[in-house]
Amino acid sequence: MATAEQDVNASGYAAPETNYINNGYGLKSWLLTKDHKRIAVLYMISISIFFAVGGLFAGLIRLELLTPQGDFSHSDTYNKLFTMHGVVMIFFFLVPSIPATIGNFLVPIMVGAKDLAFPRINLLSWYVYIIGGALGTIGILAGGVDTGWTFYTPYSSTYSNSNVLIVAFAGFLAGFSSILTGLNFIVTIHTMRAPGMTWFRLPLFIWAHYATSIIMLLGTPVIAITLVLMMLERAFGFGFFDPRLGGDPVLFQHLFWFYSHPAVYIMILPSMGVMSEMVSCISRKRVFGYEFVAFSSVAIAILGFLVWGHHMFVSSQSTYAGMVFSVITFLVAVPSAIKTFNWTATMYKGSIVYNTPMYYVMGYLGLFLVGGLTGLFLSNMGLDIHLHDTYFIVAHFHYIMVGGQVMGYLGGMHFWWPKISGKMYPEVLGKASAVLVFLGFNLTFFPQFVLGYMGMPRRYHAYPDEFQILNVASTGGASVLALGYLLPGIYLVWSIFKGAQAPQNPWGAKGLEWEVADSPPTTFNFESTPVVTEEAYNYGPIEEH
Amino acid sequence: MWTDFPLFPEQASSFALKVDGIYFATVLLSVFFAALVSVLVIIFAIKYRRKSPDEVPRQIAGHIGLEIFWTSIPLVLALGMFVWSTVLYFHITTPPANTLEMYVVGKQWMWKLQHPEGKREINELHVPLGQPVRLTMTSEDVLHSFYIPAFRVKKDVVPGRYTSLWFEATKVGSYHLFCAEYCGTEHSRMIGKVHVMEPQDYQNWLTGGVANEPMEVAGERLFEQYACHTCHKVDGKGRGPSLVGLYGKSVGLEGGGSAVVNEAYIRESILNPAAKLVAGYKPIMPTFKGQISEEGVMQLIAYVKSLKAPELTSVE
Repeated sequence: MATAEQDVNASGYAAPETNYINNGYGLKSWLLTKDHKRIAVLYMISISIFFAVGGLFAGLIRLELLTPQGDFSHSDTYNKLFTMHGVVMIFFFLVPSIPATIGNFLVPIMVGAKDLAFPRINLLSWYVYIIGGALGTIGILAGGVDTGWTFYTPYSSTYSNSNVLIVAFAGFLAGFSSILTGLNFIVTIHTMRAPGMTWFRLPLFIWAHYATSIIMLLGTPVIAITLVLMMLERAFGFGFFDPRLGGDPVLFQHLFWFYSHPAVYIMILPSMGVMSEMVSCISRKRVFGYEFVAFSSVAIAILGFLVWGHHMFVSSQSTYAGMVFSVITFLVAVPSAIKTFNWTATMYKGSIVYNTPMYYVMGYLGLFLVGGLTGLFLSNMGLDIHLHDTYFIVAHFHYIMVGGQVMGYLGGMHFWWPKISGKMYPEVLGKASAVLVFLGFNLTFFPQFVLGYMGMPRRYHAYPDEFQILNVASTGGASVLALGYLLPGIYLVWSIFKGAQAPQNPWGAKGLEWEVADSPPTTFNFESTPVVTEEAYNYGPIEEH
Repeated sequence: MWTDFPLFPEQASSFALKVDGIYFATVLLSVFFAALVSVLVIIFAIKYRRKSPDEVPRQIAGHIGLEIFWTSIPLVLALGMFVWSTVLYFHITTPPANTLEMYVVGKQWMWKLQHPEGKREINELHVPLGQPVRLTMTSEDVLHSFYIPAFRVKKDVVPGRYTSLWFEATKVGSYHLFCAEYCGTEHSRMIGKVHVMEPQDYQNWLTGGVANEPMEVAGERLFEQYACHTCHKVDGKGRGPSLVGLYGKSVGLEGGGSAVVNEAYIRESILNPAAKLVAGYKPIMPTFKGQISEEGVMQLIAYVKSLKAPELTSVE
């Protein structure tokens, strides 16, 4: 992949002959690696495959919804499509997306360490993920599953005639891979920071990943237990959730959302970390209000554990419990607003460059604004009665998880690609992909807000005629979006073979990964342990005003 | 033109205006903040674009006053919205004392509704205008959710427990009834209509049918109303046998024997479906005893008699 000779490019940067990519060839050197960077690459390849599969399911869903009748697929097939779209995208793409790839690559480098605290556990997490992924794939090939990714009981535990057990077990395993990743990050951030790398000199990317890891560690065991209880009821008739066996179906929802709501923050916090890095770099300016951005990540992680009941305002949970969940959900708006305002203020009087990462920053801000603000409609109990389980919800969480996390993932990939691959990609195509994704995304999901308020329920195979126009718009948008996602896949792979050698620090950014580590980094990241003497994003001395 | 492309569902209950009000206020608030941040970001991006590659801007660490400002404003707004939405929620979930009581059973994949006078319906609900109605609901199998967008009401229907919702219809008309909680194969066909009628019309409807209607037409209406057609499909691919051209024929029965399809057999099959089951089908049809009047059963029989097999069925 990288050339063997010293490659001196225009900026006079001499990349080292040996880096983590060419330090060992052959499948075995990759599959048995303990290098966090190689494991990050393994994860990148694996989640890209799952993203493509999940995207294919999404495309088929949008095709079905082009017409009201439900004529493209059988209703059972359709139910399996949206279930598997959700399962694949959430468990096998979104949860690992940024942490297991960009995070895995950068956390040790950013704190100035040679590797994560537990390199073998890091490799184990990938294998657990792959076994989970393989089981999920077997479940899909054997006919799929039709419960919705939420596995609500008693449908999943008693009534469904699909491969619930194997797919739920696949989700169970995937959960363990994220527990292992979270554990590794927390220990690494606590114990392996380079000399001088104090907590308040850490890049905000690290703070975001620290907050994410707390959720992974504390939340994921609960979904594991919940899935096991559901599987026991299905396999052996233990009565946990089915009222005919003496169980309580609403209990399942409490347990499920106790993890799955915090999991939404696993699917957004890392992208916020990416944003903080990118906003600072494209503005060549310190992140405004560093401490506030850092602590808002932790605040989101903590508050995120106390809002699960907002998924259950119409489920028959206690009204007073609902009130508590509602007010705490409203409070989540505050740290989200703090972040947004601080990013905006970072750009104020900055020196803003128009490159691909900047395009992604702009797109992210636009989509995250809509996603975050529409959350206010759903924390709102009186309004949520009408909006719950409609397309409004579908639009909202796609704005957060796809508009936010996927935009952040793609933006981060473009930002750190020169570091990860050592190669540059064509800027024009990078910008084009950001524009396509932004436009395609809005065209796909904005009409769904209107559909939701009009009353179209989610997970409908056929729908009344009056909803067709907006569904056609949504399907049209999805094709633009698909193009926007396909494009980076092509030119990033192209750049590995044909791209120009990347300089050490192509964007003139601050941070150990840019200023000290090579492009691509050597196996142990640094020749000697770096000593940190300044705050993050120290582009110049702070002037009082 | 605008009516062809509505952005709101019809406002047909006493809640609709209140829910639309808080929706509209939240939209305004969101548009304000989205516009504020977008405009600022775009202005900054243009005004502060990098002029030379080695330009280093003045560094600003932060501003505590600004942080307090943009922490407290969203906090106050959020708490204000919380109070407003909670008051509305209590209003929507607290029925008045004088409600008309009706009962709902959800099952895969139909709604069974019962009026206090004993009248039963499937996938249709007739309610009087201007009268608060309270539904007590449960499910026979999995989770369902009873949703009438035009009324802005929704409540999950949960097996093993009773849930309830109430509304007061304010506009005569027919409105969608949806199942909003995913419940399996035919989830998207677990839909129906809510008919809001003038109180006098509602009384007439409760006590009788439509006058001067041929029996098979009335029967066809019942056939649709009770969702018979969802299983007894014309092409024979439904979960029940096709009824086309069946009248007068002899059918094989599950467990041996046969029966001639005559009036008595049809009546028995409606009121006690499992008694003589056609071979190859499962005993899944619910009884309609007490739901359809004897007149109704006769009308259905007349309709089944009228279903003649088309001449070309032998051409494969």
